[in-house]
Amino acid sequence: MFKVFIQVVSKELKGAFRRQSDILNPVWFFIIVVTLFPLGIGTDPILLARIAPGIIWVAALLAALLSFERLFKDDFIDGSLEQLMLMPHPLSWLVSAKVFAHWLLTGLPILFVSPLLAVFLAMEPTTYFALFLTLLIGTPILSLLGAIGVALTVGLRKGGILLSLIMLPLSIPILIFSTMAIDAAAYGQSYLGLLALLGAMLVTSITLAPFAIAASLRVSVS
Amino acid sequence: MLRCKKLTCVREDRVLFKDLSFVIKPGEIVQLEGPNGVGKTSLFRLIVGLSIPYDGLISWQGTSINDDREAFYQKLLYLGHKTGIKPELSALENLQFFQHLQPCHENIDLWDILAKVGLAGYEDIITAQLSAGQQRRVALARLWLNDCPLWVLDEPFTAIDKSGVNVLENLFLQHAARGGIVLLTTHQDLSLDEKQLSKITLKKPQDNFYV
Repeated sequence: MFKVFIQVVSKELKGAFRRQSDILNPVWFFIIVVTLFPLGIGTDPILLARIAPGIIWVAALLAALLSFERLFKDDFIDGSLEQLMLMPHPLSWLVSAKVFAHWLLTGLPILFVSPLLAVFLAMEPTTYFALFLTLLIGTPILSLLGAIGVALTVGLRKGGILLSLIMLPLSIPILIFSTMAIDAAAYGQSYLGLLALLGAMLVTSITLAPFAIAASLRVSVS
Repeated sequence: MLRCKKLTCVREDRVLFKDLSFVIKPGEIVQLEGPNGVGKTSLFRLIVGLSIPYDGLISWQGTSINDDREAFYQKLLYLGHKTGIKPELSALENLQFFQHLQPCHENIDLWDILAKVGLAGYEDIITAQLSAGQQRRVALARLWLNDCPLWVLDEPFTAIDKSGVNVLENLFLQHAARGGIVLLTTHQDLSLDEKQLSKITLKKPQDNFYV
Protein backbone atom coordinates (compact mmCIF):
# COMPACT_ATOMS: atom_id res chain seq x y z
CA MET A 1 0.00 0.00 0.00
CA PHE A 2 2.68 2.51 1.02
CA LYS A 3 5.01 1.10 -1.61
CA VAL A 4 2.46 2.12 -4.24
CA PHE A 5 2.20 5.60 -2.72
CA ILE A 6 5.98 6.02 -2.77
CA GLN A 7 6.21 4.73 -6.34
CA VAL A 8 3.66 7.26 -7.59
CA VAL A 9 5.34 10.12 -5.72
CA SER A 10 8.80 9.20 -6.96
CA LYS A 11 7.57 8.92 -10.56
CA GLU A 12 6.04 12.40 -10.29
CA LEU A 13 9.19 13.87 -8.78
CA LYS A 14 11.46 12.24 -11.36
CA GLY A 15 9.31 13.58 -14.18
CA ALA A 16 9.22 17.06 -12.68
CA PHE A 17 12.97 17.26 -12.17
CA ARG A 18 13.45 16.46 -15.85
CA ARG A 19 11.28 19.46 -16.71
CA GLN A 20 12.43 21.98 -14.17
CA SER A 21 10.48 24.89 -15.60
CA ASP A 22 7.38 23.24 -14.18
CA ILE A 23 8.70 23.62 -10.65
CA LEU A 24 10.42 26.95 -11.07
CA ASN A 25 7.76 28.91 -12.96
CA PRO A 26 5.14 29.04 -10.19
CA VAL A 27 7.79 30.01 -7.64
CA TRP A 28 9.15 32.76 -9.87
CA PHE A 29 5.62 33.97 -10.46
CA PHE A 30 5.04 34.03 -6.69
CA ILE A 31 8.23 36.04 -6.05
CA ILE A 32 7.56 38.50 -8.86
CA VAL A 33 3.94 39.17 -7.89
CA VAL A 34 4.97 39.88 -4.30
CA THR A 35 7.83 42.18 -5.31
CA LEU A 36 5.54 44.17 -7.60
CA PHE A 37 3.57 45.49 -4.63
CA PRO A 38 6.35 47.57 -2.99
CA LEU A 39 7.13 48.94 -6.44
CA GLY A 40 3.52 49.86 -7.05
CA ILE A 41 2.44 51.33 -3.72
CA GLY A 42 5.69 52.67 -2.33
CA THR A 43 8.10 51.42 0.28
CA ASP A 44 6.55 52.71 3.49
CA PRO A 45 7.43 49.87 5.92
CA ILE A 46 4.36 50.34 8.11
CA LEU A 47 1.98 50.14 5.16
CA LEU A 48 3.84 47.15 3.69
CA ALA A 49 3.90 45.24 6.97
CA ARG A 50 0.16 45.90 7.28
CA ILE A 51 -0.74 44.43 3.89
CA ALA A 52 2.03 41.81 3.66
CA PRO A 53 -0.02 38.77 4.84
CA GLY A 54 -2.75 39.46 2.31
CA ILE A 55 -0.27 39.95 -0.52
CA ILE A 56 1.69 36.80 0.20
CA TRP A 57 -1.43 34.70 0.57
CA VAL A 58 -3.09 35.98 -2.59
CA ALA A 59 0.16 35.49 -4.51
CA ALA A 60 0.47 31.95 -3.14
CA LEU A 61 -3.09 31.27 -4.26
CA LEU A 62 -2.43 32.53 -7.79
CA ALA A 63 0.85 30.62 -8.01
CA ALA A 64 -0.95 27.46 -6.94
CA LEU A 65 -3.61 28.08 -9.58
CA LEU A 66 -0.91 28.43 -12.20
CA SER A 67 0.57 25.06 -11.30
CA PHE A 68 -2.64 23.05 -11.13
CA GLU A 69 -2.99 22.60 -14.83
CA ARG A 70 -0.13 20.11 -14.95
CA LEU A 71 -1.48 17.99 -12.10
CA PHE A 72 -3.62 15.78 -14.38
CA LYS A 73 -3.51 17.45 -17.79
CA ASP A 74 -0.24 15.92 -19.06
CA ASP A 75 -1.28 12.52 -17.74
CA PHE A 76 -4.62 12.88 -19.50
CA ILE A 77 -2.92 13.70 -22.78
CA ASP A 78 -0.34 10.89 -22.77
CA GLY A 79 -2.73 8.25 -21.43
CA SER A 80 -1.07 7.71 -18.03
CA LEU A 81 -4.24 8.89 -16.34
CA GLU A 82 -6.24 6.06 -17.94
CA GLN A 83 -3.58 3.61 -16.85
CA LEU A 84 -3.63 5.02 -13.32
CA MET A 85 -7.39 4.51 -13.22
CA LEU A 86 -6.96 0.88 -14.27
CA MET A 87 -4.45 0.01 -11.55
CA PRO A 88 -5.52 -2.64 -9.05
CA HIS A 89 -5.32 -0.10 -6.23
CA PRO A 90 -7.89 2.40 -4.91
CA LEU A 91 -7.89 5.42 -7.20
CA SER A 92 -8.35 7.77 -4.23
CA TRP A 93 -5.08 6.49 -2.75
CA LEU A 94 -3.20 6.93 -6.02
CA VAL A 95 -4.46 10.47 -6.50
CA SER A 96 -3.52 11.31 -2.91
CA ALA A 97 0.04 10.39 -3.84
CA LYS A 98 -0.15 12.63 -6.89
CA VAL A 99 -1.49 15.54 -4.87
CA PHE A 100 1.21 15.03 -2.25
CA ALA A 101 3.87 15.12 -4.97
CA HIS A 102 2.24 18.27 -6.36
CA TRP A 103 2.45 19.91 -2.94
CA LEU A 104 6.11 18.94 -2.61
CA LEU A 105 6.76 20.62 -5.95
CA THR A 106 4.72 23.78 -5.51
CA GLY A 107 3.72 24.31 -1.87
CA LEU A 108 7.07 23.51 -0.34
CA PRO A 109 9.14 25.86 -2.56
CA ILE A 110 6.75 28.67 -1.60
CA LEU A 111 7.46 27.93 2.06
CA PHE A 112 11.18 28.07 1.34
CA VAL A 113 11.12 31.45 -0.37
CA SER A 114 8.67 33.02 2.06
CA PRO A 115 11.38 34.29 4.52
CA LEU A 116 12.93 36.29 1.71
CA LEU A 117 9.59 37.86 0.86
CA ALA A 118 8.90 38.60 4.51
CA VAL A 119 12.09 40.69 4.48
CA PHE A 120 10.97 42.47 1.29
CA LEU A 121 7.71 43.41 2.95
CA ALA A 122 9.24 44.49 6.28
CA MET A 123 7.46 41.84 8.35
CA GLU A 124 8.31 41.33 12.03
CA PRO A 125 9.81 37.91 12.90
CA THR A 126 6.81 36.95 15.07
CA THR A 127 4.38 37.88 12.29
CA TYR A 128 6.48 35.97 9.82
CA PHE A 129 6.40 32.89 12.03
CA ALA A 130 2.59 33.00 11.99
CA LEU A 131 2.65 33.43 8.20
CA PHE A 132 4.91 30.41 7.88
CA LEU A 133 2.59 28.27 9.98
CA THR A 134 -0.51 29.31 8.01
CA LEU A 135 1.29 28.57 4.73
CA LEU A 136 2.43 25.22 6.08
CA ILE A 137 -1.15 24.23 6.92
CA GLY A 138 -2.88 26.14 4.14
CA THR A 139 -0.96 25.17 1.00
CA PRO A 140 -1.78 21.43 1.27
CA ILE A 141 -5.48 22.39 1.51
CA LEU A 142 -5.07 24.46 -1.65
CA SER A 143 -3.46 21.52 -3.44
CA LEU A 144 -6.27 19.17 -2.42
CA LEU A 145 -9.08 21.58 -3.33
CA GLY A 146 -7.39 22.49 -6.57
CA ALA A 147 -7.04 18.83 -7.48
CA ILE A 148 -10.83 18.44 -7.28
CA GLY A 149 -11.22 21.37 -9.67
CA VAL A 150 -8.59 19.98 -12.04
CA ALA A 151 -10.17 16.54 -11.96
CA LEU A 152 -13.52 18.09 -12.93
CA THR A 153 -12.09 20.14 -15.78
CA VAL A 154 -9.38 17.81 -17.13
CA GLY A 155 -11.46 16.55 -20.04
CA LEU A 156 -12.43 20.04 -21.20
CA ARG A 157 -10.45 21.75 -23.92
CA LYS A 158 -10.28 25.13 -22.20
CA GLY A 159 -10.67 24.26 -18.55
CA GLY A 160 -8.27 26.89 -17.21
CA ILE A 161 -10.72 29.73 -16.59
CA LEU A 162 -13.38 27.37 -15.31
CA LEU A 163 -10.82 25.94 -12.91
CA SER A 164 -10.14 29.39 -11.41
CA LEU A 165 -13.87 30.03 -11.10
CA ILE A 166 -14.33 26.77 -9.19
CA MET A 167 -11.15 26.99 -7.18
CA LEU A 168 -10.90 30.62 -6.04
CA PRO A 169 -14.25 30.85 -4.19
CA LEU A 170 -13.48 27.57 -2.42
CA SER A 171 -10.21 28.95 -1.12
CA ILE A 172 -11.78 32.07 0.46
CA PRO A 173 -12.15 30.48 3.94
CA ILE A 174 -8.47 29.53 3.99
CA LEU A 175 -7.52 33.06 2.99
CA ILE A 176 -9.71 34.61 5.69
CA PHE A 177 -8.52 32.43 8.54
CA SER A 178 -4.87 32.65 7.52
CA THR A 179 -4.80 36.43 7.30
CA MET A 180 -6.76 36.68 10.57
CA ALA A 181 -4.16 34.48 12.27
CA ILE A 182 -1.31 36.60 10.91
CA ASP A 183 -3.04 39.83 11.95
CA ALA A 184 -3.55 38.43 15.43
CA ALA A 185 0.16 37.61 15.58
CA ALA A 186 1.02 41.14 14.44
CA TYR A 187 -0.99 42.58 17.35
CA GLY A 188 0.65 40.16 19.77
CA GLN A 189 -2.51 38.14 20.39
CA SER A 190 -2.79 34.36 20.50
CA TYR A 191 -3.64 32.84 17.13
CA LEU A 192 -3.68 29.19 18.11
CA GLY A 193 -7.45 28.95 17.75
CA LEU A 194 -7.33 30.15 14.15
CA LEU A 195 -4.51 27.75 13.36
CA ALA A 196 -6.57 24.95 14.88
CA LEU A 197 -9.44 25.88 12.56
CA LEU A 198 -7.08 25.74 9.58
CA GLY A 199 -5.83 22.40 10.85
CA ALA A 200 -9.39 21.12 11.00
CA MET A 201 -9.89 22.20 7.38
CA LEU A 202 -6.70 20.38 6.45
CA VAL A 203 -7.79 17.16 8.16
CA THR A 204 -11.21 17.35 6.53
CA SER A 205 -9.76 17.88 3.09
CA ILE A 206 -7.13 15.14 3.50
CA THR A 207 -9.83 12.64 4.44
CA LEU A 208 -12.55 13.66 1.97
CA ALA A 209 -10.88 15.30 -1.02
CA PRO A 210 -9.21 12.12 -2.42
CA PHE A 211 -12.64 10.49 -2.83
CA ALA A 212 -14.01 13.59 -4.53
CA ILE A 213 -10.97 13.73 -6.83
CA ALA A 214 -11.30 10.04 -7.76
CA ALA A 215 -15.03 10.39 -8.46
CA SER A 216 -14.50 13.53 -10.54
CA LEU A 217 -11.80 11.82 -12.58
CA ARG A 218 -14.07 8.88 -13.32
CA VAL A 219 -16.69 11.32 -14.61
CA SER A 220 -14.25 13.46 -16.61
CA VAL A 221 -12.38 10.64 -18.31
CA SER A 222 -15.42 8.61 -19.39
CA MET B 1 -14.56 -15.49 -18.88
CA LEU B 2 -15.69 -12.12 -20.11
CA ARG B 3 -19.38 -11.68 -20.73
CA CYS B 4 -21.10 -8.64 -22.24
CA LYS B 5 -24.83 -8.67 -22.05
CA LYS B 6 -27.11 -6.40 -24.08
CA LEU B 7 -24.66 -3.52 -24.18
CA THR B 8 -25.86 -0.22 -25.55
CA CYS B 9 -23.47 2.63 -26.10
CA VAL B 10 -24.59 6.19 -26.71
CA ARG B 11 -22.18 8.96 -27.64
CA GLU B 12 -23.36 12.54 -28.09
CA ASP B 13 -27.02 11.43 -28.35
CA ARG B 14 -26.14 8.96 -31.10
CA VAL B 15 -26.47 5.24 -30.65
CA LEU B 16 -23.20 3.54 -31.56
CA PHE B 17 -24.39 0.00 -30.97
CA LYS B 18 -27.37 -1.57 -29.29
CA ASP B 19 -28.03 -4.90 -27.54
CA LEU B 20 -24.53 -6.20 -28.14
CA SER B 21 -23.96 -9.49 -26.35
CA PHE B 22 -21.00 -11.84 -26.49
CA VAL B 23 -18.96 -14.18 -24.33
CA ILE B 24 -15.20 -14.63 -24.57
CA LYS B 25 -13.78 -17.78 -23.03
CA PRO B 26 -10.23 -18.35 -21.77
CA GLY B 27 -7.81 -19.18 -24.58
CA GLU B 28 -9.54 -17.08 -27.21
CA ILE B 29 -8.06 -14.38 -29.39
CA VAL B 30 -10.79 -12.06 -30.56
CA GLN B 31 -10.44 -9.34 -33.14
CA LEU B 32 -12.97 -6.56 -33.11
CA GLU B 33 -13.43 -5.13 -36.57
CA GLY B 34 -15.48 -2.49 -38.29
CA PRO B 35 -15.09 0.82 -40.09
CA ASN B 36 -13.82 3.97 -38.36
CA GLY B 37 -16.25 5.58 -35.99
CA VAL B 38 -18.33 2.49 -35.43
CA GLY B 39 -17.51 2.34 -31.73
CA LYS B 40 -14.62 -0.08 -31.33
CA THR B 41 -12.70 2.11 -28.93
CA SER B 42 -15.92 3.02 -27.13
CA LEU B 43 -16.66 -0.67 -26.63
CA PHE B 44 -13.18 -1.26 -25.23
CA ARG B 45 -13.55 1.65 -22.84
CA LEU B 46 -16.81 0.14 -21.64
CA ILE B 47 -15.21 -3.27 -21.16
CA VAL B 48 -12.33 -1.93 -19.10
CA GLY B 49 -14.67 0.26 -17.05
CA LEU B 50 -13.37 3.66 -18.15
CA SER B 51 -16.86 4.60 -19.30
CA ILE B 52 -20.21 3.41 -18.12
CA PRO B 53 -22.61 1.73 -20.56
CA TYR B 54 -25.92 3.40 -21.31
CA ASP B 55 -27.50 0.02 -20.78
CA GLY B 56 -26.34 -3.55 -20.28
CA LEU B 57 -23.89 -5.43 -18.12
CA ILE B 58 -20.25 -6.46 -18.38
CA SER B 59 -19.06 -9.24 -16.14
CA TRP B 60 -15.75 -10.94 -15.51
CA GLN B 61 -15.90 -14.48 -14.04
CA GLY B 62 -19.56 -13.92 -13.26
CA THR B 63 -19.14 -10.68 -11.28
CA SER B 64 -20.07 -7.30 -12.69
CA ILE B 65 -16.87 -5.32 -13.25
CA ASN B 66 -18.22 -2.34 -11.34
CA ASP B 67 -18.84 -4.43 -8.22
CA ASP B 68 -15.21 -5.20 -7.62
CA ARG B 69 -13.05 -2.93 -9.71
CA GLU B 70 -9.76 -3.68 -7.99
CA ALA B 71 -10.15 -7.45 -8.36
CA PHE B 72 -11.00 -6.99 -12.03
CA TYR B 73 -8.02 -4.69 -12.60
CA GLN B 74 -5.75 -7.35 -11.07
CA LYS B 75 -6.59 -9.40 -14.15
CA LEU B 76 -6.71 -6.71 -16.81
CA LEU B 77 -4.10 -5.15 -19.03
CA TYR B 78 -5.41 -2.39 -21.27
CA LEU B 79 -3.37 -0.58 -23.89
CA GLY B 80 -5.22 2.26 -25.54
CA HIS B 81 -4.53 4.61 -28.43
CA LYS B 82 -2.57 6.73 -26.01
CA THR B 83 0.31 4.65 -24.78
CA GLY B 84 0.39 5.73 -21.14
CA ILE B 85 4.15 6.09 -21.33
CA LYS B 86 5.61 9.17 -19.65
CA PRO B 87 7.74 11.00 -22.24
CA GLU B 88 10.12 12.50 -19.68
CA LEU B 89 11.05 9.14 -18.16
CA SER B 90 13.29 6.52 -19.74
CA ALA B 91 11.95 3.21 -21.05
CA LEU B 92 13.33 1.40 -18.02
CA GLU B 93 11.80 3.84 -15.52
CA ASN B 94 8.43 3.63 -17.23
CA LEU B 95 8.43 -0.16 -16.99
CA GLN B 96 9.67 -0.13 -13.41
CA PHE B 97 6.67 1.95 -12.45
CA PHE B 98 4.24 -0.53 -13.99
CA GLN B 99 6.17 -3.43 -12.49
CA HIS B 100 5.62 -2.05 -9.01
CA LEU B 101 1.96 -1.20 -9.48
CA GLN B 102 0.59 -4.16 -11.37
CA PRO B 103 0.69 -7.92 -10.84
CA CYS B 104 3.74 -9.21 -12.70
CA HIS B 105 5.63 -12.39 -13.40
CA GLU B 106 8.14 -13.00 -10.65
CA ASN B 107 11.90 -12.73 -11.14
CA ILE B 108 11.61 -10.94 -14.40
CA ASP B 109 14.45 -8.87 -15.77
CA LEU B 110 13.34 -5.62 -17.35
CA TRP B 111 16.52 -5.43 -19.43
CA ASP B 112 15.64 -8.80 -21.00
CA ILE B 113 12.15 -7.60 -21.82
CA LEU B 114 13.40 -4.40 -23.41
CA ALA B 115 15.84 -6.46 -25.47
CA LYS B 116 12.93 -8.67 -26.56
CA VAL B 117 10.95 -5.72 -27.88
CA GLY B 118 14.02 -4.50 -29.75
CA LEU B 119 14.99 -1.67 -27.45
CA ALA B 120 18.39 -2.97 -26.33
CA GLY B 121 20.68 0.02 -26.00
CA TYR B 122 17.77 2.44 -25.60
CA GLU B 123 16.95 1.60 -21.97
CA ASP B 124 18.18 4.84 -20.46
CA ILE B 125 17.09 7.25 -23.16
CA ILE B 126 14.20 9.56 -22.39
CA THR B 127 11.18 8.12 -24.21
CA ALA B 128 10.34 11.51 -25.75
CA GLN B 129 13.48 11.10 -27.85
CA LEU B 130 12.46 7.68 -29.19
CA SER B 131 10.56 7.22 -32.45
CA ALA B 132 6.80 6.63 -32.48
CA GLY B 133 7.29 2.91 -33.10
CA GLN B 134 9.83 2.63 -30.30
CA GLN B 135 7.52 4.44 -27.89
CA ARG B 136 4.76 2.00 -28.81
CA ARG B 137 7.22 -0.84 -28.16
CA VAL B 138 7.87 0.46 -24.65
CA ALA B 139 4.13 0.26 -23.99
CA LEU B 140 3.91 -3.20 -25.56
CA ALA B 141 6.77 -4.43 -23.37
CA ARG B 142 4.18 -4.52 -20.60
CA LEU B 143 2.66 -7.57 -22.30
CA TRP B 144 5.76 -9.57 -21.36
CA LEU B 145 5.86 -8.08 -17.89
CA ASN B 146 2.31 -8.64 -16.68
CA ASP B 147 0.66 -11.88 -15.81
CA CYS B 148 -2.90 -10.59 -16.27
CA PRO B 149 -5.14 -13.05 -18.14
CA LEU B 150 -7.24 -10.44 -19.95
CA TRP B 151 -5.52 -8.27 -22.55
CA VAL B 152 -7.54 -5.51 -24.17
CA LEU B 153 -5.44 -3.92 -26.89
CA ASP B 154 -6.69 -1.01 -28.94
CA GLU B 155 -4.70 -0.81 -32.19
CA PRO B 156 -1.56 -2.40 -30.73
CA PHE B 157 0.20 -2.55 -34.10
CA THR B 158 0.15 1.20 -34.80
CA ALA B 159 3.64 2.23 -35.94
CA ILE B 160 5.01 -1.29 -35.43
CA ASP B 161 7.06 -2.86 -38.23
CA LYS B 162 6.32 -6.26 -39.83
CA SER B 163 8.74 -8.32 -37.77
CA GLY B 164 7.35 -6.67 -34.65
CA VAL B 165 3.83 -7.70 -35.65
CA ASN B 166 5.00 -11.30 -36.07
CA VAL B 167 6.58 -11.34 -32.61
CA LEU B 168 3.37 -9.98 -31.14
CA GLU B 169 1.19 -12.55 -32.92
CA ASN B 170 3.34 -15.32 -31.49
CA LEU B 171 3.02 -13.77 -28.07
CA PHE B 172 -0.79 -13.69 -28.44
CA LEU B 173 -0.78 -17.39 -29.32
CA GLN B 174 1.35 -18.21 -26.26
CA HIS B 175 -0.94 -16.13 -24.09
CA ALA B 176 -4.02 -17.91 -25.45
CA ALA B 177 -2.32 -21.27 -24.93
CA ARG B 178 -1.81 -20.35 -21.27
CA GLY B 179 -5.56 -19.75 -21.01
CA GLY B 180 -5.44 -15.99 -21.46
CA ILE B 181 -7.81 -13.81 -23.45
CA VAL B 182 -6.67 -11.36 -26.10
CA LEU B 183 -9.17 -8.82 -27.35
CA LEU B 184 -7.81 -6.47 -29.97
CA THR B 185 -8.64 -4.11 -32.79
CA THR B 186 -6.47 -3.62 -35.82
CA HIS B 187 -6.88 -2.65 -39.43
CA GLN B 188 -3.95 -4.86 -40.45
CA ASP B 189 -4.40 -8.41 -41.71
CA LEU B 190 -3.32 -10.89 -39.09
CA SER B 191 -1.54 -14.07 -40.12
CA LEU B 192 -3.49 -16.11 -37.55
CA ASP B 193 -5.91 -18.63 -39.08
CA GLU B 194 -9.60 -19.02 -38.30
CA LYS B 195 -9.11 -21.67 -35.66
CA GLN B 196 -6.97 -19.34 -33.62
CA LEU B 197 -8.80 -16.10 -34.21
CA SER B 198 -12.44 -15.23 -33.78
CA LYS B 199 -13.94 -11.96 -34.93
CA ILE B 200 -16.63 -9.61 -33.76
CA THR B 201 -17.76 -7.28 -36.50
CA LEU B 202 -19.48 -4.01 -35.71
CA LYS B 203 -21.48 -2.56 -38.58
CA LYS B 204 -22.68 0.94 -39.13
CA PRO B 205 -26.41 1.17 -38.45
CA GLN B 206 -28.41 1.63 -41.68
CA ASP B 207 -29.95 4.83 -40.48
CA ASN B 208 -28.79 6.64 -37.40
CA PHE B 209 -31.46 6.41 -34.79
CA TYR B 210 -31.62 8.74 -31.86
CA VAL B 211 -32.64 8.29 -28.26
